[in-house]
Amino acid sequence: MKIFINGKAYEALPGQTVLQVARDNGIYIPSLCYHEKIGPAGKCRVCVVSVEGMNGYVTACNLPAREGMVVRTDTEEVKAHQSLIVDLLLSSGIHDCLACEQSGSCELQDAAYYLGIERPSFDLAPKTIDIDDSSEMLYIDRSKCIQCGRCIEGCNRMVVNEVLSFSERGFETKISFDDNQLVGESTCVQCGECVQLCPVGAIIDKNAIGKGRAWNLDKVVTVCPYCGVGCQLELHIDRKTNKIVRVRGVESAKANRGMLCVKGRYGFDFVSDPGRLTTPLIKNKDGEFEEATWEEAIGLVAKRFTEIKAKHGADSIAGFCSAKTTNEDNYAFQKFMRREIGTNNVDHCARLCHSSTVAGLAASFGSGAMTNDINDIKKADVILVIGSDTTAAHPVISARIKQAVREGLSKLIVIDPKKIRLADYADIYVAQRPGTDIAILNSIMQVIIENGWEDKEYIANRTEGFEEMKAEVMKERYSPENVEKISNIPADKIREIAEMFAKAKVGSLFYAMGITQHTTGTDNVKSTANIQMLCGNLGIPGGGVNPLRGQCNVQGACDMGGLPNVYPAYQSVTNPAAKEKFEKFWGRPMSDKVGVTVTESMDYMIDGRLRALYVMGENPYLSDPDQHHVEEALKAVEFLVVQDIFMTETAEFADVVLPAKSYAEKDGHFTNTERRVQRLNAALRAPGDARDDWEIVQMIANAMGSDWDYKTTKDISDEMNKVTPSYAGITWERVGDNGLQWPCPTVEHPGTPYLHKDRFARGLGLFTPIEFKEPVELPDEDYPLVLTTGRVLAQYHTGTMSRKTPGLDRIAGPTVMVSVEDAEKHGIKNSEMIKVSTRRGEIEIAAFVTKKIPAGVIYVPFHYHEAPANRLTINALDPVAKIPEFKACAAKIEKIV
Amino acid sequence: MQKDSVLYQELREVINEKKSLRNPLIEILHKAQDIFGYLPPEVQEFVAEELNMPVNKVYGVVTFYNAFTMKPRGKYVINVCTGTACYVKGAPRIIQMLTEILGVELGETTEDKKFTLTAVRCVGACSLAPVFVIGDDTYGRIETRAQLQGILDKYLKDEV
Repeated sequence: MKIFINGKAYEALPGQTVLQVARDNGIYIPSLCYHEKIGPAGKCRVCVVSVEGMNGYVTACNLPAREGMVVRTDTEEVKAHQSLIVDLLLSSGIHDCLACEQSGSCELQDAAYYLGIERPSFDLAPKTIDIDDSSEMLYIDRSKCIQCGRCIEGCNRMVVNEVLSFSERGFETKISFDDNQLVGESTCVQCGECVQLCPVGAIIDKNAIGKGRAWNLDKVVTVCPYCGVGCQLELHIDRKTNKIVRVRGVESAKANRGMLCVKGRYGFDFVSDPGRLTTPLIKNKDGEFEEATWEEAIGLVAKRFTEIKAKHGADSIAGFCSAKTTNEDNYAFQKFMRREIGTNNVDHCARLCHSSTVAGLAASFGSGAMTNDINDIKKADVILVIGSDTTAAHPVISARIKQAVREGLSKLIVIDPKKIRLADYADIYVAQRPGTDIAILNSIMQVIIENGWEDKEYIANRTEGFEEMKAEVMKERYSPENVEKISNIPADKIREIAEMFAKAKVGSLFYAMGITQHTTGTDNVKSTANIQMLCGNLGIPGGGVNPLRGQCNVQGACDMGGLPNVYPAYQSVTNPAAKEKFEKFWGRPMSDKVGVTVTESMDYMIDGRLRALYVMGENPYLSDPDQHHVEEALKAVEFLVVQDIFMTETAEFADVVLPAKSYAEKDGHFTNTERRVQRLNAALRAPGDARDDWEIVQMIANAMGSDWDYKTTKDISDEMNKVTPSYAGITWERVGDNGLQWPCPTVEHPGTPYLHKDRFARGLGLFTPIEFKEPVELPDEDYPLVLTTGRVLAQYHTGTMSRKTPGLDRIAGPTVMVSVEDAEKHGIKNSEMIKVSTRRGEIEIAAFVTKKIPAGVIYVPFHYHEAPANRLTINALDPVAKIPEFKACAAKIEKIV
Repeated sequence: MQKDSVLYQELREVINEKKSLRNPLIEILHKAQDIFGYLPPEVQEFVAEELNMPVNKVYGVVTFYNAFTMKPRGKYVINVCTGTACYVKGAPRIIQMLTEILGVELGETTEDKKFTLTAVRCVGACSLAPVFVIGDDTYGRIETRAQLQGILDKYLKDEV
């Protein structure tokens, strides 16, 4: 349809407002309370326009465009009305632009500029400014607040943290946190959504104050380097200092719609940390690192790799690639290991998080990735979250789940030993004893089958193996009453969950490390596949089995063949056809022997089967189970090369350390948890002589006499497209602003938001009968508690990145969660330093006494070198995926005397 | 005050009874104020928790409505009507006299916790203007300080 604005005709789409049509066509109408993400509010009245045939003046932000509408935005009368409102707003606050951070990107300033308001006309301003600087990341100046309510909408409707609201009324109206707490003492998680939405300088980034305003800064869009959600970031860069000043979420990004978490928005200090590696280092005879040139360092690495390969064979060398580097880096790394070294000994930390997912889902469906996408979360009628602290580990996905619940679109079931934040939004929340997930899922399935709630047609047409699976789950052992004894979940709750989930038209299942990090990890994953096939929830929008990937590019590192058993796109190294394909393509013979995994490699280093290890961007000393064991291995290995951005705890053991670029200095791609391949754009100059990871790999390859000739990151991407069928259509040129989701087999293919539509990747979905087994190490008299490990919101993994931001460290230091009951039993007070020990080792750590964890269970995050959780964990492995049992081992706590 | 005290138990019963209403918050807050006399942060947090609702919503409602107070109130709350009719007929003078007699400003409570003095808009008894309300009792056409003193004395002696 057509509408007329200021005498000119414009095309309007159905449902568009007059303000949107004006904006789309570059016509400025001052507006303050409207933000495209939260929709029209019609509150501030600044966007008034006149419309022929309508009385008075109407707000453009909530005025639907109608055919033939005649709108004026530029008459004297309209502008006088707009001016009065803007003038009143300017008058009723303290709006000094001179030193305001928002100057240059302030919507109130823009409105005043457009209307020609030099200074406020009314004397309404408060006499004193009203500052709240109690938070680590946010800075609140209420005297600049114009009560537009955008921050409140963002907090309550977007990130659904429900902290901000209006309080008081009339002239006294103000924004407040919880029940009028200081922001730093409130339940605010400092995600900064309010900062992003604030049109003025009332809520700003505390740590960016004085570091540059809009016109000083360049903006570069890239992808967040923390978890696997794949949030797009807009880095605001000061070119002179070569630093990131602030970060904004990209509003048009499908993965995050502008939302970020406290790490993604504020955890960027590591990029410019003075501790960044800037030059290669070689360890001398005295065990001290000395600076070296690239020629020296690469020469030494090439020489030692060549020698060790000649003496002990190609399989005596292993490489860890990285879930933190790009697809191109990982492709180059695995190609190096396979082609130049001649071994399949390549693996990375996906072994520690989702190797059981890849194994389990590949067996059940034929593809080991998250089946559905983030955008469709709200299409589920019931969402089941099991073994995922989503709000801490994947905050922006948890925001989508919370939105679905608060908008009344989805019901939520949470099963987790900790009473996680998401439990507050759940219709049903239950805490299981760690490691009993199979018994619970089998029991739920038993109830479903008993009542005939299963999707019989789906089972008949799309799956196989149902009868075998049914025979297992129908065993008396899995009756709700018996499983109550195993799991501590009341039998009637199991029945309730079964009914709610089975009766949903669309049910989705989300899980993370609570499912995967067990000696039964692969079986746990297969159980999640079983229940979703039973309910017919695969191959439909909004359903699916959704493993949440933990690292920015763990999906990509797996896809690129950073695993010991597969080439890129999961082409098996034992499949002769695949071997032949790569032999032809890379022009060398390939090994058909499956390589060694990260977790097994520690034993191999100790017993001498592995002589050299090449680590790119990993920190196994803190991330792998049983630290003493890892330490022994890293000391035993003859030659260790670590390529990283920092001198990590692992790098300390190295013979050669090579400085790499960080995400902010790189081009390339990350693949997020929903298989979306997104572009990274270099924003900063790398410090010193740090190089791209792929470039370092290429230098080593060529120093070993090879023929690599990649000039740019794109060259690798182009090569990768040729041998990676699921990525064949995801070319450098095509990726675009919102990336593409694999499988994308041709350059015409639009990408695949959800998998297994009409047909599973393996043909029929495979039910597997799964028998419940206990964790390897159960509590006993000496170690009466179950220790479980994981993440907290403000920290990330081994802390190499997040702990360089002092504010994050102050928000979340090391603590062990202890139940009130266990604390009382041991006479332990909150914040008291206590000793936690297992058969592997002990740590000292502050107690966090809480009702959020049941008696008999303790929880230690694994981020902290001063209290390393993995000194305690057990290196007991899942027999298929070789994933360690991080989520359950026997422990005890003691007072320190 | 402990969360297991009699008052909190009473409030919990109210909440359980009203929970299933479509928007139970305001009714529950009224009852909570009846029980506690006012709505301190602890009570708001308790209500939020019981209703599985973020506390910011409760606080927003409590501070928006004049009927709710976060300060302890006196045993008797004197609501002086300042609607148009009462205003014209002398509400400011009533307020002036009451502040003098009680020694408190509008919105404040006397030291002996007997009286809280507040102003409200219209109580709908314009024919009796100027009007004030104490509890369920309405007093109109008050002219003199002595009349006022007489009324307050009844309450001082709890003869009501």
